[in-house]
Amino acid sequence: MKKSTKPLKTRDEREGSPWTGLGAVLTKEMADHLTGARMLILDALVVLTAVGTIYTALQNIRPGANNEFLYLRLFTTAQEPLPAFVFFLAILVPLIAIALSFDSINGEFNRRTLSRILAQPVYRDALLMGKFLGGLMTLTMVFSAIWLLIFGIGILRLGVPPTAEETGRALWFLLGTIFYGGIWMALAMLFSTVFRSSATAALASIAVWAFFIFFWNIVVGLVTPLLAPDQITNLEQLVAASQSQMVLTRISPLTLYADIATIMLQPTERFLGFVLPVQLDRAIEAPLPLAQSVLVI
Amino acid sequence: MSDLVLEAKGLTKQYGDFVAVDHLDLSIRRGEVFGLLGPNGAGKTTTILMLLGLTEPTGGEVSVLGFDPARQPLSVKKRVGYMPDQVGFYDDLTARENLIYIAKLNGIPRDQIKRRVEEAIERVRLSHVIDQRTATFSRGMRQRLGLADVLIKNPQLIIMDEPTQGLDPELAHEFLDLIHSLKTEGTTILLSSHLLHQVQAICDRVGLFSQGRMVLQGTVSELARKVLGGAYRIQLQAEGPAAKLRKALEGLRDVNAVEMNNGAIQIEAQKDVRADAAEAVIQAGGRLQGLSVEAQSLDDIYTRYFEEVRNEKVN
Repeated sequence: MKKSTKPLKTRDEREGSPWTGLGAVLTKEMADHLTGARMLILDALVVLTAVGTIYTALQNIRPGANNEFLYLRLFTTAQEPLPAFVFFLAILVPLIAIALSFDSINGEFNRRTLSRILAQPVYRDALLMGKFLGGLMTLTMVFSAIWLLIFGIGILRLGVPPTAEETGRALWFLLGTIFYGGIWMALAMLFSTVFRSSATAALASIAVWAFFIFFWNIVVGLVTPLLAPDQITNLEQLVAASQSQMVLTRISPLTLYADIATIMLQPTERFLGFVLPVQLDRAIEAPLPLAQSVLVI
Repeated sequence: MSDLVLEAKGLTKQYGDFVAVDHLDLSIRRGEVFGLLGPNGAGKTTTILMLLGLTEPTGGEVSVLGFDPARQPLSVKKRVGYMPDQVGFYDDLTARENLIYIAKLNGIPRDQIKRRVEEAIERVRLSHVIDQRTATFSRGMRQRLGLADVLIKNPQLIIMDEPTQGLDPELAHEFLDLIHSLKTEGTTILLSSHLLHQVQAICDRVGLFSQGRMVLQGTVSELARKVLGGAYRIQLQAEGPAAKLRKALEGLRDVNAVEMNNGAIQIEAQKDVRADAAEAVIQAGGRLQGLSVEAQSLDDIYTRYFEEVRNEKVN
């Protein structure tokens, strides 16, 4: 029996990398996600909305013949009664992310596998991180597939290849979408560790989601007047008020995502939030290059 | 390094005001089977979690195989197999897939995984269902798969939490046989249980746990001597003059008490006095019809001990 070779320097130092076993957890989680029935349902849902909205968008785009940024408009064009694909994503992405991870930890607990896994030589960090990354990579695969699908349909129906600028913008948008999904996934995982029952965790995550979709704007609308002075007398106060409102709305990941989408997919947009007429005066009505749009975010 | 596989000194765990484990001293030698016994909620599981580094002790020191579980959990967990009280598996995976995952988490080299998994499953006699989904497994099969899961890393120490809980007597017996065969191969085993009679058969030493304290520790017969006084209980069936028989038996050395009830005689003795008793019966003119010694039962020790504790408290 060998005694431990090197004594640990400080009491707080842990031996070994926290990522030991990360790969194993990651592969297992991805395999689980990709073969699960849950995933099939979600995939079907997203593909359906994608195809549906793009179809209507294509119908809309055709007669218009304003052919700048055709591909980006695939994402954004809406036709009554169907909203644009971007809007669908803003709502669906959180749901998918939550659905993938709301039972990641407490599910293991309830199946009694958690203690068995933790008895293996891995840290909890590796388990959590592996689960998160596994989910995120699954999301990435799904979204990339949809993204390619949209471009594919676009090329078929529009008959013009997308420009580099368009591709770049759409790629950034894809990244934003994945990041957005990651936020919700992390939230669902947090609830999954806090609550023992997966149903509670799912409900809590969906409650947060609903709160941000339906109520956050109302809350902001109520709170900002309280923060602002009773009467707005000069320009500075007006700017301050609108800025505090913007900060508040941006607490919601939904708004942030919408902002990203707007800037990336609508090159003519160059400001987020409140803009003074003075600033607009000097602005040129022309689309921003990709790099500039990224800066705005 | 010494022969001690596990050593704990003054190990304490507090949850708020509640003391789950109170200054526990415990040492386990290589190759022995140690039983951690006590009622539910006595602190057995908490102790085990501390030994594995899954919870940090509030005070005291532990060393498992020379490592400190709180600081070097990976080294400990690589060498110690832990079987929780209720083993769960991923139901949608097969037995083989479940174990492969564990093997990967243990960092077993890729080219060895297949062989090690098959060996472990063979060991617990589940080879015929290796490619079945674990959802179809019975309680007993799950328990055995749980053991395979532990064996896959060739542990130097196996810790089992309530290994026979929820198994019917036959399955429990089968499982204890498995544990026994591990012991003969030199694996050190620490198991916790509240099912005393099952554990008694395979444990070299036991520790009685009560309210976070280890109240008694030693081999079963040591404990019996300590708690029961006369450790051996001998049953006799004999015909003959009762008074004479009683006198003859009470006159024997090491006999503490003789109880007679028609033909059935019960002797409490410090040693196994069966031979002497038989001789005494015959010399007293009796006819011996039956003779047996009752193994000291942990149940008795346990009940007696806690009765005494209770009486002391009352007094």
